[in-house]
Amino acid sequence: MNSTRLPGFLYRKGVPVWRDVVVLQWTAQIISAILVIGFIYFLISNVLSAAEARGLGLGFGFLNLEAGFPVAESVIPYDPTRSFGYALWVGFLNTIKVAIVGIFLATILGLIAALARLSTNWLVRSIAGVYVNIIRNIPLLVQLFIWYFAFFQQLPPVDQSLTLPGPVYLSQRGLYMIGLAPAGSFSQWILFLLAGIILAIIAYQILFRYQLRSGRSTYPLITGLVIFIGLPTLGWFLVQGAPLQVTVPELGRFNFEGGLRLTPEFAALLAGLVVYTGAFIAEVIRGGILSVSKGQVEASRSLGLSSTQTLRLVTLPLALRVIIPPLISQYLNLTKNSSLAIAIGFVDMFFVGRTIINQAGQAVPVFILIMGIYLCLSLVTSFLLNIYNRRVQLVER
Amino acid sequence: MTAGTTVIAPPKRPSAVKWLRRNLFSSLGNTLLTVVSVVVIVFVLRSLLRFVFVQADWSPVVQNLRLYAVGTYPIEEMWRVWAIVYMVSFLMGVSAGKARGTTLTFAGAMGIAYIALALLPISLQYLSITSRLALAANTVLIWLGYVFGARVPFKGRWLAVAWGLSFILTLVLLGGLRNAALLPAVESGKWGGLLLTFLLALVGIVASFPIGVLLALGRQSKLPVVKAMCIVFIEMVRGVPLVTILFMTSILLPLLLPDTIRIDRVLRAMLGMTLFAAAYMAENVRGGLQSISRGQYDAAKAMGLNNLQTTVLIILPQALRVVIPAIVGQFIALFMDTTLAIIVGLLELLAVGSAIINSNPKWLLLDTEVYAFIALVFWIFTYSMAYASRQVERAVGLGTR
Repeated sequence: MNSTRLPGFLYRKGVPVWRDVVVLQWTAQIISAILVIGFIYFLISNVLSAAEARGLGLGFGFLNLEAGFPVAESVIPYDPTRSFGYALWVGFLNTIKVAIVGIFLATILGLIAALARLSTNWLVRSIAGVYVNIIRNIPLLVQLFIWYFAFFQQLPPVDQSLTLPGPVYLSQRGLYMIGLAPAGSFSQWILFLLAGIILAIIAYQILFRYQLRSGRSTYPLITGLVIFIGLPTLGWFLVQGAPLQVTVPELGRFNFEGGLRLTPEFAALLAGLVVYTGAFIAEVIRGGILSVSKGQVEASRSLGLSSTQTLRLVTLPLALRVIIPPLISQYLNLTKNSSLAIAIGFVDMFFVGRTIINQAGQAVPVFILIMGIYLCLSLVTSFLLNIYNRRVQLVER
Repeated sequence: MTAGTTVIAPPKRPSAVKWLRRNLFSSLGNTLLTVVSVVVIVFVLRSLLRFVFVQADWSPVVQNLRLYAVGTYPIEEMWRVWAIVYMVSFLMGVSAGKARGTTLTFAGAMGIAYIALALLPISLQYLSITSRLALAANTVLIWLGYVFGARVPFKGRWLAVAWGLSFILTLVLLGGLRNAALLPAVESGKWGGLLLTFLLALVGIVASFPIGVLLALGRQSKLPVVKAMCIVFIEMVRGVPLVTILFMTSILLPLLLPDTIRIDRVLRAMLGMTLFAAAYMAENVRGGLQSISRGQYDAAKAMGLNNLQTTVLIILPQALRVVIPAIVGQFIALFMDTTLAIIVGLLELLAVGSAIINSNPKWLLLDTEVYAFIALVFWIFTYSMAYASRQVERAVGLGTR
């Protein structure tokens, strides 16, 4: 075979380089890397030349310039003299606001719908099935349009607003309802609340572990609940004056005064996201509960666990293991879908970003910022999910 | 039946009273739930029926059916759209004749739907006799195709080829050819409505398929650099909302490319949809690749196949078969996601609706009617596709292997 030997450097361990797997693999990798980097370089050089031709900077310095545009609603004080960066922060907080409230409400709705779909009552089951099958098959944007243009925009003017039990007032100005307004002593009281939550969790964990080890009943859940409720209640009386005040909306001359107001944009976005994501969450929860085999429940009952103990110690842990990963990805979807706010005029991060692009023409840095923030949100979430998955998998074995 | 076997009668269907008692009135709480549900259902149905038949003014819908269907596609070139619809109907019929089962049910439903559309109880002014006849012709074509597919023997592979060709033919027909007298170019800015919605989703899924497969293979590969690049692309795209990607391809792309290359708006949106779909496609295909057992790789190696041969001849055919349901699901999701194109200024179905509302002061407050109609159109398409795919999945037993 080796009739014609080539120079020695073309061989490694007796194999010619063009047959050497390691060499071939590295060549392939280097070539593909060069191609990709070359392509990116091509794009960047084009951006640079386009930016130069149009006299646009590519740095992030513009973030300190005055924004000059108003923002319809904001969690923190804002006025047009603030900087672009601050405006983006306002948008980010609005995104977070709609995401947190949305996730909370969608979980409740999804849980109710899931339980309804598992109900023994045929009618209840069917209603929930119809809800899930209708909502999941209509694009979210169409639903948002219906909520905003066909519902909130067509509500009567303020002085004729619809009154729902609560009382909740619906009008063109949005949704007014009873709210809790933080008073002066709120910042002190919140410390009690946080301490209550943290201590309750710690106490629960310690007592629960001790119960598992010793076999003696230590009432971890009740103790935790007592701490969770007790500490904030104690704090309520210790701080100067009530930390939270109930405000009731009252119709003034032109508008409601007091109470909690949701703008039509926020309310429409929230309603759309909650109803849409709720349908997906319902399926996730239903699937999780169905995945727990009947034998597990029967086995735990025959071990003498009560039905609440079975639910808490057997069914829920098993179901949650199946439910949590897709549930978190639904939460993430809700957060990402909140970017559709731009279509109905709610000022979220993406909306502010687009306004900045229109005003300052800084398309590239704004895109890098916004996509970076969304990316961070999802990467952090999937990182936490991976940790969780690893934990529950270890429990299994 | 041989003697000695006892025949156990199948369980009797429970009587209506028993069924009611078991499913609706098994306990006090259940009875209460039933009563509440009935009240809710009656209330919702009554308001719904009253809205549909009494209160609603459907004129912005019935007077603009063509706009919803094709947007501003020129009237004199409408024959091309009809030709495409006929082609799809015929192919659907042939597939139904060949495959039977769910495909047949689906084709039958399509045939009935065309007849129903042809008989829509609206003024001839808004849906002319010729259009009605053209719609009904589809049912005939489906039937003809069915007879052809059932009687004429041919390899199933040719059917796949025909579908592929029909996709290319569709693009050529719609876009036309430059400097052709018979088929003058129709600029993509004039495509719209349901036509554009379908086109965006189809192009997105078809173009994303090869990219997705390559990305999935890259992610599985043992080459660290290739693997890293694929992971970065997939996770970056999946981590951001589709709107930002559509915006990037519509605003940033002109900056990213040299001035000599100009891509029109529809193509830019298609590119965005494709990039987005490719990342999700890659994850679907990866799921399929992971479902292939080690033994397949070992066996292929033992047969003396090299890596490329193993992938192309052994692994991919099996992996792709497993992920067909996931791809159908992704197509449905993409079909719904095309509505986001409204945000970058394309005239797809939702945008047509919004434009119609604003086009006539009389229709300014008729958002409910228009958006309810659009929601219904989307629901019919997505639900029937999802239903059909579930049935096929069950029949073939895919996904349960």
